[in-house]
Amino acid sequence: MGPEILRDLTFDIPKKSFQFLTGPSGAGKTTLLRLLFLSLQPTRGLIRMFDRNISTIPRDEFPMLRRRVGIVFQDFRLLDHLTTYENVALPLRVRGKEESSYRSDVLELLGWVGLGERINVLPPVLSGGEKQRAAIARALIDRPEILLADEPTGNVDPPMARRLLNLFLELNRLGTAVVIATHDLSLMDQVEARRMILSQGRLDIYE
Amino acid sequence: MSEARVTDRSQPAAPQERKAPLRVRPTAPIVPPGNVSGNALMLVIAIMAFLACLTLGAVSMVRSTAQSWQSQISREITIQIKPDEKLDMEKALADARDLAITFDGTTDGTIVDKAATSRLLEPWLGEGLDIDDLPVPRLVIITIDEQNPPDFVSMRKALTEAIPQAYLDDHRTWVDRLVAMAHTTALIGTGVLILVFSAMVLTVIFATRGTLSGNRHIVEVLHFVGAEASFVASEFQKHFLKISLKGAGAGGVLAALCFALASFWQSRSLATPESDQTTAMFGSFSIGYTGYLGIAAIMVVIALLTTLTARFTVMRTIYEIDLIRSDPARIDGNQS
Repeated sequence: MGPEILRDLTFDIPKKSFQFLTGPSGAGKTTLLRLLFLSLQPTRGLIRMFDRNISTIPRDEFPMLRRRVGIVFQDFRLLDHLTTYENVALPLRVRGKEESSYRSDVLELLGWVGLGERINVLPPVLSGGEKQRAAIARALIDRPEILLADEPTGNVDPPMARRLLNLFLELNRLGTAVVIATHDLSLMDQVEARRMILSQGRLDIYE
Repeated sequence: MSEARVTDRSQPAAPQERKAPLRVRPTAPIVPPGNVSGNALMLVIAIMAFLACLTLGAVSMVRSTAQSWQSQISREITIQIKPDEKLDMEKALADARDLAITFDGTTDGTIVDKAATSRLLEPWLGEGLDIDDLPVPRLVIITIDEQNPPDFVSMRKALTEAIPQAYLDDHRTWVDRLVAMAHTTALIGTGVLILVFSAMVLTVIFATRGTLSGNRHIVEVLHFVGAEASFVASEFQKHFLKISLKGAGAGGVLAALCFALASFWQSRSLATPESDQTTAMFGSFSIGYTGYLGIAAIMVVIALLTTLTARFTVMRTIYEIDLIRSDPARIDGNQS
């Protein structure tokens, strides 16, 4: 068994809340996000999600739970053979929706994140910041109940970071709980929000 | 959310010039349609299908040839009459034939005349042979009903009593040897067929899994954006079904063409020395409609095999992704 990354954490993510998750590199921010996204199970302890204990949820129910959670991966995880538009529309496509029913929504969101002119471009041609925005748009497209973002402004310039933060805030105002894992102090300083600071496997929360 | 975007679009931080909207390209399949590993898999499937079809055709040819040898030789028996000074050979031949065809199970009797006997001996004794100068045994060929053969023991006894110089050869020794050979040949053929089929199955399974391993990231992304395992599996199944149908189709059609061409060549060159020798060695190249049905069946089996392998591999990949949750030793993500 490897080293214990996180221990003695007790916290909740209230509905419609907004918080930053921060801490030094290696503190376990990504691990915590993965635990919240059901892609890791804790060695011990209890995680309840949407009022259910995740360790007792059958595997075939994970997809339905994941559909209620949006995630922005640190490494984007865009599919290189699909265009920006197709990548962003992917969550809707896998839910079996007709393309005509979501086309305008996807195009509108892409326009808002500044990728309106890049809809037919494949990810290898996109810059780091553009990939970042495409990954954010994909996480937002189906209006998740909770959004987990791992360093979502790590590859964008300050004006675009501000704009993306506005997008997260707007999404939060519409009812989505948002957790942003970031190192970016200037980003956190722009918003009065709950701060969860991970350090040496422990979590301190500043409301 | 759309309301928020409309509101925010008016903010100065998001200046956007009004341009004609771009057209979205037709939606691409979730699994990329063509790549190097996919083409390699198609080639592997085509080669294995071709080999399996050729083996199937060859084995069925060998079996039918062995059966035809056995059937031809067991359809006739021979009465040999040795020359004797006191014997009127022509009368003895006629008597032997008449006696033999009185038995139930015989259908016809033919005396091998002097000319035919000379031709039989020509390779050894040369042309222009006068058969009367030599004490050469003469033959009567009796055709029998294979399904209801005569009683050879009684026939032999009756012939020996009537013509002491007569000897009945029912070809039993040859038939027994041929039956044994035919069985052995068929057994070897079946063994080769099983080996080739096993190789085909394993090659197709491993090639499919190899190709899928290059697409693991697609499975992961689909899984994480909320796709159900059955959806992911069906996307990959469709993709691999297309590859396998193309590969198996190419291999099977090529094998069928080979047999059709060989059969055509054989029918066009009947009675030529080349064709006669080839026919004697390998029998007829025609594999009949059952052979072509077998080729079609191989193509279907390969397509099913590839599709099922793709399904199981995708399901297993998803299971492994979920398994990482419960196995701390397999935490492979970034820890920042």
